[in-house]
Amino acid sequence: MSIDIDTARRVAHLARIAVREEDLPALAGELSGILTFMEQLNEVDVTGVEPMTSVTPMRLKRRADVVTDGNIQAQILANAPDAREGFFAVPKVVE
Amino acid sequence: MLDLTFTPPAPKVIQGAREDWELVIGMEIHAQIASNAKLFSGASTAFGSEPNSNVSFVDAAMPGMLPVINEFCVEQAVRTGLGVKAQINLVSAFDRKNYFYPDLPQGYQISQLYHPIVGEGEVLVEMGPGVARRVRIERIHMEQDAGKSIHDMDPNLSFVDFNRTGVALMEIVSRPDIRGPEEAAAYVAKLRQILRYLGTCDGNMQNGNLRADVNVSVCRPGQYEKYQATQDFSHLGTRCEIKNMNSMRFIQAAIDYEARRQIAILEDGGKVVQETRLYDPDKGETRSMRSKEEAHDYRYFPCPDLMPLEIEQAWVDDIAARMPELPDAKKARFLEDYGVTDYDASVLTAEAENAAFFDAVAKGRDGKQAANWVINELFGRLNKEGRSIAESPVSAAQLGGVLDLIASGEISGKMAKDLFEILWTEAPGADPKEVAAARGMKQVTDTGAIEKAVDEIITANPEQVAKAKANPKLAGWFTGQVIKATGGKANPAAVNALVAQKLGL
Repeated sequence: MSIDIDTARRVAHLARIAVREEDLPALAGELSGILTFMEQLNEVDVTGVEPMTSVTPMRLKRRADVVTDGNIQAQILANAPDAREGFFAVPKVVE
Repeated sequence: MLDLTFTPPAPKVIQGAREDWELVIGMEIHAQIASNAKLFSGASTAFGSEPNSNVSFVDAAMPGMLPVINEFCVEQAVRTGLGVKAQINLVSAFDRKNYFYPDLPQGYQISQLYHPIVGEGEVLVEMGPGVARRVRIERIHMEQDAGKSIHDMDPNLSFVDFNRTGVALMEIVSRPDIRGPEEAAAYVAKLRQILRYLGTCDGNMQNGNLRADVNVSVCRPGQYEKYQATQDFSHLGTRCEIKNMNSMRFIQAAIDYEARRQIAILEDGGKVVQETRLYDPDKGETRSMRSKEEAHDYRYFPCPDLMPLEIEQAWVDDIAARMPELPDAKKARFLEDYGVTDYDASVLTAEAENAAFFDAVAKGRDGKQAANWVINELFGRLNKEGRSIAESPVSAAQLGGVLDLIASGEISGKMAKDLFEILWTEAPGADPKEVAAARGMKQVTDTGAIEKAVDEIITANPEQVAKAKANPKLAGWFTGQVIKATGGKANPAAVNALVAQKLGL
């Protein structure tokens, strides 16, 4: 599979990563290289093999329905560029 | 079973400028799972707390934080699946749905796209006595809710609160089996009723705990039947999705507007463009959410932080064994055991608490009479005073006691209403029998005493006797006088019979 420049631009935008226009061709080439490398895996016949999700058999860890966390408003907001009256304040977003 | 006796309602037909059109509607209901803590963190789900106080580092997506699933939320989703007669998937898995928005700190929502926990089920939506639409459920999956943005606190800023971020949701996806705005509202109401019976969602639409996305398309009559026969969507029109509605009234209005908009485009020779739209209740119209379009590439992939969710059949069986009686079964039982009308059965089963109250009053008594008293006297009074059933001053046992006094002939219907009033306002918790005795409420059934009163009134009113003999309809005057003379304690039926006999009618 090869990634063209338009796809690279689009993927960058979806990931909100700023990429300069002149860097796109190199990036598209690298992404294509990675995908081509990974495509070697398609050569392995995995018919009837269950996808593996863990090296050792493990059960998804569960928690009980008990409130054990929260009430740390100041810490939650500590890294916010702007916070007011307990809220994160961000540039206006309205549909 | 109950559902075999139903016939489907006729689809709604809208007359366009040129031809007739039918509607095809599918719904995605987002129901907040009733739980103490969030789906993947130990923060509270409480509504109306200080902003950003019910937030853990997991919810705020701080680096290195890992989600740990709340087992009770899984149980609630399974219970909901069982409640809509659905297949439960013993293995399900979580995926990341990637998009950027200020109320989504992770940059992705953990959802279940490829392997939902609940598969196909169905909901029976009654549209009248003997008329019901069977709406197929395609799937139910668990996912995280987003936070809340407030846009009106500052002219240039939006304020974001993550308290709702990470709260567990069930997305309940229907097949396009709904055929009109009224059916859509009735479907939401029925689903809400089932969820409330199950205790898996409080159904509070005002707080946004139950919201609906509605997919609407229109087609010519006959096309839908072709789709049903083949399950081939190409027989249907292009659909538009109206997002995030939390009122039955808006759902109906939005569907009606959207259908007419699409019909106008088609009759003009145009094409409906598949898109996401928003309903504006102030203008009464839907409009395109263009900004959502580009972001529609969600780049789903399996969530690497979570192993597949494996549950055991024995655990599911245990949940199934603890299921409450659901609305359809309860209604059927009320019809069968208590002989109440279809309408009364619907009213009585609307809420589980109301149904339990009626059950307690009606058990071993006259079911129809119990229904009249519970609906007209009790519900009517609660409604008027804005109280819930839990706040009723008269208990089921007390109301049952009142009905027992009527049944034994000890008090009349009129006295029973007075007694109910006393229990309601003056004697909360008192034994109706004792109150009736203390207040001298006793219907005179002793015919000797009634006979004496009848004789006295006949003797004293020869003119009325003559009139009544000429026109038997006037005998009611004597009955009234006798009841008055006995202080309202004489049994009206007994008086009637005696009056007729004495007057020789």
